[in-house]
Amino acid sequence: MAEAHPVGFQWVMEAKRRGAKVIHVDPRFTRTSALADSYVPIRAGTDIAFLGGIVRHILENELDFREYVVAYTNAATIVTDEFRDTEDLDGLFSGYDPDRTSYDQRSWQYAGHETNGQVDTATERDTAAGLRHESHGPPVAGQAQRDETLQHPRCVYQILKRHYARYTPEMVERVCGVPREKFQEVADAWVANSTRDRTTMLVYSVGWTQHSVGVQYIRTGAIIQLLLGNIGRPGGGVLALRGHASIQGSTDIPTLFNLLPGYLPMPNHAQHPTFEDWCTSIQHPGQKGFWGNARAYAVNLLKAYWGAAATPENDFCYDYMPRMTGDHGTYQTVFNMIDGKVKGYFLLGQNPAVGSAHGRAQRLGMANLDWLVVRDLFMIESATFWKDSREVETGEIAPERCRTEVFFLPAASHVEKPGSFTQTQRLLQWREKAVEAPGDCRSELWFSYHLGRIVRSKLAGSTRPRDRALLDLAWDYPTEGPHAEPDAEAVLREINGYEIATRRPLASYVEMKPDGSTLGGCWIYTGVFADGVNQAARRKPGGEQNWVALEWGWAWPLNRRILYNRASADPEGRPWSDRKRYVWWDAERGEWTGYDVPDFEKTKPPTYRPAQDAVGVAGIAGDDPFIMQGDGKAWLYAPSGALDGPLPTHYEPVESPVRNPLYGQQANPTRKVYERPDNPTNPSPPEPHADVFPYVFTVSRLTEHHTAGGMSRTVRHLAELQPEMFVEVAPELAVERGLTHLGWAHLVTSRGVIEAKVMVTDRLTPLRIEGRIIHQVWLPYHFGSAGLVTGEPANDLFGATLDPNVLIQESKVGTCDVRPGRRPTGPDLLDYLADYRRRAGLDGHHPPIVTADRDGTRPADDGAPDDETGPGRQRTDRDSHEREG
Amino acid sequence: MAEPRRTTAPVNPAEQAGHVDPPPRMGFFTDTSVCIGCKACEVACKEWNLVPESGLDLLGMSYDNTGALTANSWRHVAFVEQARPAGWQSSPPMAGTPSGPPITRATAEAAAGTAVDQGTRPGVLPAPDPAPAGAMAAGSQFLGMPGTGLPGRDAERDGRTDLRWLMMSDVCKHCTHAACLDVCPTGSLFRTEFGTVVVQEDICNGCGYCVPACPYGVIDQRSGDGRAWKCTLCYDRIGAGRMPACAQACPTESIQYGELDELRDRARARVDRLHADGVPEARLYGHDPDDGVGGDGAFFLLLDEPEVYGLPPDPVVTTRDLPRMWRRAGLAALTMTAAVVAAFVGRPS
Amino acid sequence: MGVRTWIEGWPVYRQLTGTDPLGRGAAAKSAASKALTPRTDTADSVARSICPYCAVGCGQRVYVSDGRVTQIEGDPDSPISRGRLCPKGAASLGLVTSDLRQQRVLYRRPYGTEWEELDLPTAMDMIADRVLAARDATWEDVDDRGRPLHRTLGIASLGGATLDNEENYLIKKLFTAMGALQIENQARI
Repeated sequence: MAEAHPVGFQWVMEAKRRGAKVIHVDPRFTRTSALADSYVPIRAGTDIAFLGGIVRHILENELDFREYVVAYTNAATIVTDEFRDTEDLDGLFSGYDPDRTSYDQRSWQYAGHETNGQVDTATERDTAAGLRHESHGPPVAGQAQRDETLQHPRCVYQILKRHYARYTPEMVERVCGVPREKFQEVADAWVANSTRDRTTMLVYSVGWTQHSVGVQYIRTGAIIQLLLGNIGRPGGGVLALRGHASIQGSTDIPTLFNLLPGYLPMPNHAQHPTFEDWCTSIQHPGQKGFWGNARAYAVNLLKAYWGAAATPENDFCYDYMPRMTGDHGTYQTVFNMIDGKVKGYFLLGQNPAVGSAHGRAQRLGMANLDWLVVRDLFMIESATFWKDSREVETGEIAPERCRTEVFFLPAASHVEKPGSFTQTQRLLQWREKAVEAPGDCRSELWFSYHLGRIVRSKLAGSTRPRDRALLDLAWDYPTEGPHAEPDAEAVLREINGYEIATRRPLASYVEMKPDGSTLGGCWIYTGVFADGVNQAARRKPGGEQNWVALEWGWAWPLNRRILYNRASADPEGRPWSDRKRYVWWDAERGEWTGYDVPDFEKTKPPTYRPAQDAVGVAGIAGDDPFIMQGDGKAWLYAPSGALDGPLPTHYEPVESPVRNPLYGQQANPTRKVYERPDNPTNPSPPEPHADVFPYVFTVSRLTEHHTAGGMSRTVRHLAELQPEMFVEVAPELAVERGLTHLGWAHLVTSRGVIEAKVMVTDRLTPLRIEGRIIHQVWLPYHFGSAGLVTGEPANDLFGATLDPNVLIQESKVGTCDVRPGRRPTGPDLLDYLADYRRRAGLDGHHPPIVTADRDGTRPADDGAPDDETGPGRQRTDRDSHEREG
Repeated sequence: MAEPRRTTAPVNPAEQAGHVDPPPRMGFFTDTSVCIGCKACEVACKEWNLVPESGLDLLGMSYDNTGALTANSWRHVAFVEQARPAGWQSSPPMAGTPSGPPITRATAEAAAGTAVDQGTRPGVLPAPDPAPAGAMAAGSQFLGMPGTGLPGRDAERDGRTDLRWLMMSDVCKHCTHAACLDVCPTGSLFRTEFGTVVVQEDICNGCGYCVPACPYGVIDQRSGDGRAWKCTLCYDRIGAGRMPACAQACPTESIQYGELDELRDRARARVDRLHADGVPEARLYGHDPDDGVGGDGAFFLLLDEPEVYGLPPDPVVTTRDLPRMWRRAGLAALTMTAAVVAAFVGRPS
Repeated sequence: MGVRTWIEGWPVYRQLTGTDPLGRGAAAKSAASKALTPRTDTADSVARSICPYCAVGCGQRVYVSDGRVTQIEGDPDSPISRGRLCPKGAASLGLVTSDLRQQRVLYRRPYGTEWEELDLPTAMDMIADRVLAARDATWEDVDDRGRPLHRTLGIASLGGATLDNEENYLIKKLFTAMGALQIENQARI
């Protein structure tokens, strides 16, 4: 956090000054570790094992915040007896289909709800459906059976306890390389600091998402925080430190293939052929919670898109929407480019030649387009791949044979345009424009508006049905200034929504109507223009308000700063303690009150109990804080929504030097793979030849640079602070490989080779994993060939294997070889790589998704790596499971 | 011309320098125990003061690629990696890991010479020359501060259980007795009403006398320009009641700006607090009006000996003996100058 | 300037006649030092802005003189950042005023070996033509069972995490109306 979010870290230092303990878990000792009370080195890619150990510690010793857990989570809920755990099936949950490498979730449901789950999670995976749950949980129908004594063998609490029973401190040590004493120190501190009177905060940076089990990493953290009563309370929570000024905004108002604004799903050709199908799939009739109004949100979006043309009679132009048929994510798209299926590509402030995994695929894809439009502040590697990329060096791209037509359009900077960013805590902050953009530099608002204007004018008069969506588009934004820049506030008004007849801005999404009389571009942002005032531009100084600072900017939804803050009060609505009071029930005035905007219906008393058949918001009880969940409860166990299991389970990274000590299943059995010759995966045990790539590498940021470097390698006063690509290695590895400080080394994977200067440092340590010494090396991923300071891009080392829930690639851990000296150059480089692939047995071979058992080295669950009885028994389990599937 | 130095705390040096009713003396207290090494100070300083780039060299001194305070770097964050515990750590960072024995020149050379060929052809063989590996293993030249034998470095330690990473933002000390100012022949270096020491670039003629005079090696001439440059404590900003750029940017309040007396009180309280919290090595540097430079306007809380951070342990104003030497010569010069002035002023304008 | 003024401006004169006989402070103050004011105090305007780097969302004040940004520093009013900035945020002035920033449209024709210049309206017109051509060449009306697709997989886009909400909104709206699905950003990466 000190490393990548230094200004946010001031609050950690503030807490430390007041006596808070800071624990930092990271593969390398960073600037955060330097200030931490406790630093825990960990093998990259093993966080679930570590956190699972904490879960076990809490449950085995019954250290959970019982009153919170019983009232606010689904710990008491009974799960169907069809459910089988990974403990029963050696690393797979029930319902696994090995042919589709995905689950049928029916056997994960609450008892009595067996028909509820998704049967076809392969489709869900291709459409990254997990992302929809960023604003709300998946559906649950009706009432669930509960045992509030938590003793029922099939209640979530007991299932959780069994699931994590083997995540002992010894197992944590074996998997993560974390010494037992260290683990115990963290577990004790976390529990001791989580009470009525104290809360513990879990902060992760979004490197957590860049794993083949990334979503489950975060779920494990959430399970701990729920068990300890740290969600919805001040000083608690699971906080994502996102890495880009408006990356939260670009998920809320997504430029993502599978989402529409406000986490509405992009229609799927098979699931949503009609408007009714689409609305129903969002709304889940009979569902409890705020998604009951989903139809209004959908109608308002279509009205915002197609204005007067969108009428109830034509289903608000629903037929104008493009339909998904599967995975249209950025990696699939890049492979489609290589295959010649994509004609044109826009890069809008993005530099995939450096910033995306598998740089070679990115560049070869761009070299096989008809045209490419790059909009950026600076000349970046993604605009010049045709003349100076690695592939030009190797002869794979020759400028005179590369047909891609490239347009470089300079962009306006953040001070040259007004607009809003949404920061990492959902807070929208408006920027005023300071100066006009120089030369041809223009905002993306200008570019998209005028591109639309020109395209529409070229189509004027067309009678083709396909052109109606463009011609009927509501595209009449006022423009201003010498460059005819569209008025950004007019766009924000549309996003907020208004009553069409009066143009009165809506104050809340509850004012959205499903009849077409209102429109709004993003329902969760409704209220940002309440009272006709740009609430995101509010700047009441922090010193003049309380610490929640509700009058600085505006947070969605409805300016709530801590989500689910009803949980900061006990079931009766009283603060858990005076010290941690935040939102509470004021019985005299009959309303919720507190320092924040209550994330609850303002006048619904804690004693409210819904009728048995109540749906929508009325179905949420007065002591159910998790109002966007179908059952009002926080989910320790997810009967649906997570495609790779109802509980987080440790799987090894897709590339790992060690066998999974916990289960026969080596890696996430539902991960998204692209089995192509140009996307090889290094072998991992039990596959042979893993020793060709014996080291673990991980990448992250330096304080002094920003992501792919386009905004820092080009800036003199940043470039000089970290002027060259380097690799950090432990002294022991330096000795093992003959690496010299500030000398050259190169790193090799089956995809690529990069060279870097060597930084030998005590801040990295080898770890002991299963009796072996495992070395990890660390690389910054900021470098490329453009700008003031250059270096080879670390992302060239990665391939593309994705988390199944959100289709984000595993780019925080891989295996590699590390060798002294510089890499081979020119065409020799290709031979060098080919030789590594040959030695690793990768010619045409991809590791199996379901771990093959051929050499019988699968560990037994008692922990002995070479236990003779293990494989047989487990094979039996597998067989029975496969019969099930 | 200077008066003999007092050995006790002077009155406000601004008053001594002729400022009538000066504002309180202002300064920096840099608390390295909360520094996160982000270098925001370096950048904020350069942006405000329009300081040019100082070179694009990877120095290999941990995360320090600035190297030193120069004419083009008025803030410099030093990074020191040490096999010592930090007082706030509840357990040694690398405890229980299989970190090896200390690498020595001999073991490194042996390893470099015997690295196993992975059978990769074509390829680049492991370094055939063991010398660089040995040099690397020789210790402090590859980590932390350059040079060898610094206190705090322990090349012969067993294993690598303890680890702390010291970071310190260094800056001009704005000495009470400032030798740079004493030797400046042009009056370019002067004492401001805030008690700070500032180079006036419209006066500086680039003679460079100040450079060797500084006991800290701070002031420096800019190549291609010739004039001397250093921290001004943002004279323009503080004159307008604003904070110096570095202090305003500092995310963790490691750099604190304020009235020197108040900062000294604050610093003493902070040291007491750290001592109570189990950080006995915390100590102040440059805070003492009785030290060899009469105390610094920019002083520090350090967690190790000053040398570890590249600071002189006992700085002494280099012009300590000058007053005695110059008193006679000065008087003579002054007499002559006064005569010349009288000749001019006496004429009608 | 009269000789008297000239003389009185001479530090040595001030030194002899003023409070600073040693010429170390008040008497040594130069003309430039006397005239010193922070350039933020003389700015024509100050824009309230937000740092464009990470997602902490630190407040920035952008000072403008003569139509040029002269300083960017932390906004002390921000309850998030309290006026502080990291090195990247502190380098924002260097970012927006960098002489390395591209300010003109560049064009690389198919099989070209060098950039060429192109004026912005022509570039926009060419891009619009290519969008329409790619869309027509790859348009899909229905799937193999006759269900609507209404799309093109011939056009893709990547970007958006450092763009404004309003920009992302228009990008998504336009591309969706175009039938383009493969609209992605850093949040997937």
